Amino acid sequence: MEDEQSFSDICGGRLALQRRYYSSSCREFCLSCPRLSLRSLTAVTCTVWLAAYGLFTLCENSMILSAAIFITLLGLLGYLHFVKIDQETLLIIDSLGIQMTSSYASGKECTTFIEMGKVKDVVINEAVYMDPVEPDGISQVVPVFQSAKPRLDCLIEVYRSCQEILAHQKATSPSP
Amino acid sequence: MPGMVLKAFFPTCCASADSGLLVGRWVPEQSSAVVLAVVHFPFIPIQVKELLAQVHQASRVGLAVLGTWCHRRQETEESLGHFLEGLGAIFSHEPWLQLCRERGSKLWSCKATRRQVPPHPGAPYEDQVMLVFYDQRKVLLSQLHPPAAVPDRQAGDATASAGGLAAVFDTVARSEALFRSDRFDEGPVRLSHWQSEGVEASILAELAKRASGPICVLLACLLSLISAASACRVFKLWPLSFIWSKLSVCEQLRHRLEQLTLVFSTQKAENPTQLMRKANVLVSVLLDVALGLALLSWLHGKDRIGQLAEALVPVADHVAEELQHLLQWLMGAPAGLKMNRALDQVLGRFFLYHLHLWISYIHLMSPFIERILWHVGLSACLGLTVALSILSDIIALLTFHIYCFYVYGARLYCLKICGLSSLWRLFRGKKWNVLRQRVDSCSYDLDQLFIGTLLFTILVFLLPTTALYYLVFTLLRLLVVAVQGLIHLLVDLINSLPLYSLGLRLCRPYRLAAGVKFRVLEHEAGRPLRLLMQINPLPYCRVVHTYRLPSCGCHPTHSWGSLCRKLFFGELIYPWRQRGDKQD
Repeated sequence: MEDEQSFSDICGGRLALQRRYYSSSCREFCLSCPRLSLRSLTAVTCTVWLAAYGLFTLCENSMILSAAIFITLLGLLGYLHFVKIDQETLLIIDSLGIQMTSSYASGKECTTFIEMGKVKDVVINEAVYMDPVEPDGISQVVPVFQSAKPRLDCLIEVYRSCQEILAHQKATSPSP
Repeated sequence: MPGMVLKAFFPTCCASADSGLLVGRWVPEQSSAVVLAVVHFPFIPIQVKELLAQVHQASRVGLAVLGTWCHRRQETEESLGHFLEGLGAIFSHEPWLQLCRERGSKLWSCKATRRQVPPHPGAPYEDQVMLVFYDQRKVLLSQLHPPAAVPDRQAGDATASAGGLAAVFDTVARSEALFRSDRFDEGPVRLSHWQSEGVEASILAELAKRASGPICVLLACLLSLISAASACRVFKLWPLSFIWSKLSVCEQLRHRLEQLTLVFSTQKAENPTQLMRKANVLVSVLLDVALGLALLSWLHGKDRIGQLAEALVPVADHVAEELQHLLQWLMGAPAGLKMNRALDQVLGRFFLYHLHLWISYIHLMSPFIERILWHVGLSACLGLTVALSILSDIIALLTFHIYCFYVYGARLYCLKICGLSSLWRLFRGKKWNVLRQRVDSCSYDLDQLFIGTLLFTILVFLLPTTALYYLVFTLLRLLVVAVQGLIHLLVDLINSLPLYSLGLRLCRPYRLAAGVKFRVLEHEAGRPLRLLMQINPLPYCRVVHTYRLPSCGCHPTHSWGSLCRKLFFGELIYPWRQRGDKQD
């Protein structure tokens, strides 16, 4: 069962939240961030090239222009592969755990899976969504949807669904 | 636990196997059933139970028949269905799993039934089942980081002390005895698992294993001979031991000898970490030697050694000339400052004479330099790190005069500062109490005060000259130290980079696992949830951090603050203190 809703993030950009209910014990929330805009890309490229051309007229060395092209290309590739996150997904599976995936614009996917035994609770803390996890007795707070930064209304939706599953899981598991 | 979702871990290789019995391990704390293999018809139940008992004895993993697997061709095989249900009576297991699949479709059905009366009223007879597919080969070969605490092998059936998924990995890894028979074996029981199409083996790996025994013994003897020779009494005599401790080549060779002894020791590695360490050391040494041989062939081609030797003496001369110019400048009015003429001339002449001696020695040595360089260049076949250490030592030897100047300047400056501080206390009427380690007031005689004040004035006015010489020579020394430091950094990098682990992470990422990740497969309402469990490989920075080899340990032990303090008070700095060196 799939359903899609649109929200906005803390900077005012559009976010799309896709909810998939696979079963009563497995839910997935997929938050899509605004894509890379052509306007900002053109603006940055023009700035860099204008600066390089200015330096070239000062120094008369054509290496500066080639260097500017290289820097722009490498910078764009690096930005797409390491910085720009397209989609953030939260998958909750009852009695297995919670999985958070970030997909970058270049296709790279970065996944973290936290076992249910280590998850203490899912809370909303000052509009930043946090999962306290306790490995070896030390509390560690893991933020979710770090890059998309959704607003409180979106977080409340996700929070409610997570609490349903966690409540069901706590009712059926042995006490730790 | 009744009510908790039952997770069935099913190997992907068995998804197309014929109908039969499911064999594996049941973990009650997590309510998960790890299926390891499928036993096909025809079989005799007694023989199946015997096989499971054998495997249990060999691997200490409690295997059992978990349920039945039905791979239907058409809808009309009802008789098979009834037969399979009857098997539940022979192999009793709580809960009894029944997995069923239509041939050629993606529709699965699962049932888990309990025979006994449930402990709480209202708990269902049937549990909800979730299927998790896993690649058996990858899970068998992979290693979780951080490694879960290994349960005591003698303690029988291991409890899943380290989290649910580590238990799955542990079960699969320890059940190797079950996977040894393939479908070409003539055994009484026919199994389906990841090796049932043929046991995986490689001729090269087997040959290497056979050959490694005698080779290790031979090399271990050779290495112990070399260590014994190097530990003999002759080298502990004073001049030789002092030289050995100062040269970085000796430290590097000792480090390499230790590493090679570790690799070729006849003891087997106890755990995977030690095995990785041995492999990393071996690959690192091989790469080092390969790079060294490349350097050697480059050096010895086109008479480069001759060119180097010819360039060396003029370079040393040039450096000495520049130093002379510097000293002449200091003896005049450097940067417009006015020096004390007499002290300036004395210090300047002293250093100039020292420089003159040094140049004479270099010229004396010049006919032998090419021979020496040629023989020293041969040592590059021991490795690039050895060649770089030799380069660092040559730089240290050639700039020995700068080191001497620095020591003279620093000692003089230090004496001056000590004198100034104690005379300053006398000037104010105080004294340093050595017993109480503090400054106390003291009444001096008139003549003591007179002489003390006189000396204080002299020292104060001579301070700029000494301070300037000290500053100049300290800067030169720091420059040489920085160059040596860069070379040491490179040597450290080659020594400590775990190349085998990085290569493994590149080519076989499932071997080094940071965890797992799940993907939800096609789902239909009413059917059980199907997940695919894949291995999440360790990121490269964690690989380097976990498997990094210990280096020589020649890192500067000062912080910036203590370094500045030492420079200000004129104390000598030894940035590359080797381990176990005595204080000067």
